[in-house]
Amino acid sequence: MSETLTDRRTATRRPDLVAWFSGTWLVVLAVLAAAAPLLPLPEHVDLTRSLTAPTLSGPDPASGHLLGTNAFGLDLFARALHGARSSLAIALAAVALGAVVGGALGILAGYLGRTVDTVVGVATNVLLAVPPLILLIALATVLEPNARNVTLALALLTVPTMVRLARANTMAFAQREFVLAARAMGASGWRVMTRELLPNVLLPVLSMAMVLISVLVVAEASLSFLGLGIQPPAPTWGNMIAEGEGRVLEEHPHVVLVPGVFLFLTVFSFNILGEKARKRWDTRSGAR
Amino acid sequence: MRRAARALGELAAVLFLVSLGVFLLVTAMPGDPAVMVLGEGHPPEAYDEVRSELGLDRPVFEQYLDWLASAVTGDLGTSLVPPQHEVAERLLLALPVSLQLAAMALVIALAVAIPLAMWSAHHEGGRIDRAVSAGTFGVLSVPPFLAGLLLIMVFAGGLGWFPRAEWARLGDGLAANLHHALLPALTIALMELAQFTRVLRNDLTVTLREDHILASRARGRSPVRVLVSDALRPSSFSLVTLLGLSVGRLIGSTVVVEYLFSLPGVGSLVVGAANQGDVPTVQGAVLAIAVFYVLANAAIDLSYRALDPRIRRSHV
Repeated sequence: MSETLTDRRTATRRPDLVAWFSGTWLVVLAVLAAAAPLLPLPEHVDLTRSLTAPTLSGPDPASGHLLGTNAFGLDLFARALHGARSSLAIALAAVALGAVVGGALGILAGYLGRTVDTVVGVATNVLLAVPPLILLIALATVLEPNARNVTLALALLTVPTMVRLARANTMAFAQREFVLAARAMGASGWRVMTRELLPNVLLPVLSMAMVLISVLVVAEASLSFLGLGIQPPAPTWGNMIAEGEGRVLEEHPHVVLVPGVFLFLTVFSFNILGEKARKRWDTRSGAR
Repeated sequence: MRRAARALGELAAVLFLVSLGVFLLVTAMPGDPAVMVLGEGHPPEAYDEVRSELGLDRPVFEQYLDWLASAVTGDLGTSLVPPQHEVAERLLLALPVSLQLAAMALVIALAVAIPLAMWSAHHEGGRIDRAVSAGTFGVLSVPPFLAGLLLIMVFAGGLGWFPRAEWARLGDGLAANLHHALLPALTIALMELAQFTRVLRNDLTVTLREDHILASRARGRSPVRVLVSDALRPSSFSLVTLLGLSVGRLIGSTVVVEYLFSLPGVGSLVVGAANQGDVPTVQGAVLAIAVFYVLANAAIDLSYRALDPRIRRSHV
């Protein structure tokens, strides 16, 4: 008994430090990314303005290029922050869109049942029948590679998970007394779904959104790495890492390491916070 | 039995709809496939000829049925980008590479994860356990393309142990083949390895608290024997479920890693085709991958039922 008590104490105390670090990193990154256009940073995208800058120089605060430059003399710190802008904006927008669409479909399917449930269920299974990255590649083949399309494709990726989660929670809550009471008092289906079910489904959906952000950040980076996402010279972490192919990697590892560390810390932080959010709020594991 | 028939019907419906979605990709494509085949500055009569050759002058649904009929018989059309190879032929050439990589990755992941999870669970709460926990969590945050670049930097670049951007087919000798496949397979394995270790470790710690384990220990069995023969099997169900989920991620990692290491697998094929807007090749590859994926998941589902008698009884 005493053993489990100490276990629990250490288990809650230890990751807290990591969680604080994760939260701090994300806040600092988000603020810097949001303020990136206003900050006095060296050139990050316009090749004509970096003609005089040293190319592939290593990290050196004295030179004015805090984390060095890439093959075109563009500043890596500035590129990493502007990359954070697009990565975070795309991932957040996609998750929000996926949560709204998937959540709504899940509540509808869970509450109405019958044909709606079948149709939504089959559509979900069809989306899940293609591995996520393959679905992204297929969409990227035919869509223009811009921020809007990447966001839409990523949102589509999250819809099945959100549908399943919202549906499972809806079905659980639809049997509860307060829902039966509302229906007995003559509440319309719309009212039951928005006033009674939605508030209860919201929390698990939000905590799942937290978990999915890191998945989407990785998916976006993978797509850019494969040359199918945001196109260079506009920076994203994925296409910055792709610049380190071949000889560059061995001679100038910082070209890969700088965006790599940004990507790793961000994914790590979202993973830590997502895990915490899920442990705290997601009472039933309706989805994966 | 009725349940099995229903599942089979659902499987067929899903595959049918996936094929429809894959086919409709071509209609969502910007630009004109006929123009892509011809290139710019083509004579108008050649344009009509190519259009009817590609079947673009007929209604979409008819085109779909036609495409599906040939796809089922193994004809996935020809790529739009010269040299215009048969898609099915290119897929067949690329498939062994991808399958080998994925299989090797899975074996590596399981071979490392099972002992690691046992070791970790045996020392629950101890320094080793915490180190393994932190390590696996860290590895889970490194996307495969980044892990691959780091591994290349250390093992192919710095130490020069492995070749990069080369592939040796099995025909070139087993040793050469394995030597070329090891680093990419390891890259693919990393994330699965971390996930497997976490899940199995958690299940093992729960199992190890049960009475039959205590009984085994009381009978004087060695810790290794208790872990391997008493604790592993009842702890492995989550792992099998996870295996199903990890197939999708495994496919994704394989695609990225093949591209990264320039290996001639399905992943490189599909990424190259996607970058060139070569829709027939992407369609063929996506259809093949989806069919494989759906069947693999169905098979894992079945094996899960075979493994756990409780599920077998309650559902059939």
